[in-house]
Amino acid sequence: MLRLEKTDITLGSFRLQADLSIADGARVAVMGPSGAGKSTLIGAVAGFVPLRSGQVLWDETRIDTLAPAKRPLSILFQDNNLLPHLSVFDNVALGVDPNLRLKPDQRAAVMQALAETGLDGLEARKPGQLSGGQISRAGLARVLLRARPVILLDEPFAALGPALKRQMLDLVARIADETGATVLMITHDPGDARRLCDEILLVADGVAHPPAPTEALLADPPPALKAYLG
Amino acid sequence: MKTGAALVAALLLALNLGALVAVALRAEHSAGWGGADWAALRFTLWQAALSALFSVALAIPVARALARRRFGGRRALIVLMGAPFILPVLVAVVGLLALLGRNGILNDLLGLVGLPRLQIYGLHGVVLAHVFLNLPLSVRLLLQGWARIPSEHLRLQAALGFGGLARFRLIEAPMLARILPGTLGVVFLICLTSFAVALTLGGGPRATTLELAIYQAFRFDFDLGRAALLAAVQAGVGLAALLLLARLALPEAGAVGMDRPAPAPPGGLARALDATAIGLAALFLLAPLTLVILRGLPYVAGLPPVIWWATGRSLLVAGASVLLLALFAGLLTAAALRRTWPEILGASALLASPLVIGTGLFLMVNPWIDPQRLALPVTALVNAAMALPFVLRALIPAARRAEADFARLSASLGLSPLAHWRLVLWPRLRRPAGFALGLGAALSLGDLGVIVLFAQTGSETLPMEMHRLLGAYRSGDSSGAAVLLLGLSLGAFVALERLIGGRDAEA
Repeated sequence: MLRLEKTDITLGSFRLQADLSIADGARVAVMGPSGAGKSTLIGAVAGFVPLRSGQVLWDETRIDTLAPAKRPLSILFQDNNLLPHLSVFDNVALGVDPNLRLKPDQRAAVMQALAETGLDGLEARKPGQLSGGQISRAGLARVLLRARPVILLDEPFAALGPALKRQMLDLVARIADETGATVLMITHDPGDARRLCDEILLVADGVAHPPAPTEALLADPPPALKAYLG
Repeated sequence: MKTGAALVAALLLALNLGALVAVALRAEHSAGWGGADWAALRFTLWQAALSALFSVALAIPVARALARRRFGGRRALIVLMGAPFILPVLVAVVGLLALLGRNGILNDLLGLVGLPRLQIYGLHGVVLAHVFLNLPLSVRLLLQGWARIPSEHLRLQAALGFGGLARFRLIEAPMLARILPGTLGVVFLICLTSFAVALTLGGGPRATTLELAIYQAFRFDFDLGRAALLAAVQAGVGLAALLLLARLALPEAGAVGMDRPAPAPPGGLARALDATAIGLAALFLLAPLTLVILRGLPYVAGLPPVIWWATGRSLLVAGASVLLLALFAGLLTAAALRRTWPEILGASALLASPLVIGTGLFLMVNPWIDPQRLALPVTALVNAAMALPFVLRALIPAARRAEADFARLSASLGLSPLAHWRLVLWPRLRRPAGFALGLGAALSLGDLGVIVLFAQTGSETLPMEMHRLLGAYRSGDSSGAAVLLLGLSLGAFVALERLIGGRDAEA
């Protein structure tokens, strides 16, 4: 279980508080108005935004004192997930060895992750030679390869068209099924939340609220969510 | 790493500020500021203002034509516009002399048709050489301004049927109003510290810059007090110009808008005027260099041994200078990822001229060591310090961008500092580093600055020997030496850019 215990994040005049738990294997959409602190919340869990107080726990072990790479999670950013001067293979392989000194079984694992995400045959290409969907797949191949129990998605598919985005969400769902990972995904689109997530975590008015079931929340949204969805 | 950056900072402060302080202390004992010094100050400001005005005014039609026309060789011409950055000043002077000097081709032609010969020495020669060296820079800066006019605005003016005047008034003039002052300021600042041009084409009471006056006070009169006073005034003028420039906007690189193709430019007279502007600019830039090569090539093999020894020393100084530059730039760039002081410190070299630093260093080391023994190491060090602002300007933004884009990814994947450097930073930095260090090597090879204060017989560099040949009116040998220097500067630039920058560093 991922737990944010009485956490307080303060960045200048901005303040966000959270006291909530997310069950193992849950798929949670993080929603809320622009500037409410969704990326800040994900950043705090990932280790990029410091806590003023409180703690983040995974399976009752404190992780907010760990460096980002030591935390039990993988993250996909909105962009810049791939290093443009490295091949697709190397970009994915960074997930198993940041020094890119791979053993034969690790190379085989990278190739398998590429195959599972539909990128076989493209491993020698540079990111600049890929489509937007293929870039997303390469990022997800690395997430699959790392096999961390928590996957954080900071709007990585925001620039994709509807059909491609659906494909990516289905790929995330498949990876989560295979690895049993807990997923936190920032999205502005209720359709995305319905497609992938069982729960919605609403961030509004300086508070990250505990997750609530997706359908129930969208059917009868609280005022902040209602104002946001329009 | 932090200690290294602090040591580099201390060294640069000692070079820039220490030299100024040493100069200022000595200036107190000066005999005073005389009429010749006022003349030098007036001439310095006047020639810099004229050079800036002519360079930028002539650059406007050329940049406009290059911005809106597409033709074979356009790319090569724009690359050529970058060549004067690495062109040794003395080579440019030799080229202009081959065209407009006493025995220049143009003067021969004028003589043939019975017209009076042109005189290149004096104010107009200094301004002409500065325009030759700075017209390309001005064109490139202004081209960036045109590139930042969104193609949507050009489509809009075509759709609304703007005439040429309306297009200029509504679209181009506001852009020019924003970037012209900055462009003028940059050229003014460059010409303010002119030494080699003034040394070769100026001189005499009516055409002496402050830099030249420092050199003369130092070398001919050995009046250290007067040299120090002139250096202090030069530093003050440079600081005032730098502060002024900091308030002016410079064009930013890169296009804006949706990058849709711009509508076709007007034909007819406008096309003919554009072609004329481009043709004349290309002729002005290419003719002197072509003449240098044609005249000098046959003399290269027969150059006297003293030139080859000087070439060896120049290569040694440039090599040491590039190594120092790489060390300074690497440490300061690393420090600049979290702080702003390294780039301010690096830019401080723009404030002091090589002659001022040279004078200061001479005064500082004189009580302890014979300064002439330090001629080559000091030249390498000062060359590195003088090139540092350009190198940092290339490296720091690239390093900060790479950090902003990939530091989180790197942290989330647990890349060690070494892996982060090898996999994330270096691939993004090697191309600007190759360019900047190549530029540093070319600048050092072509430098005729601090070395003239320190050098004695046996420590001359190639530009110094070239200057001697020019002074002795040995135009054949000086053209041969110019070809050699041109080849070395271009070769060093291309070699370092390729070796360090790689071919597909940012594919």
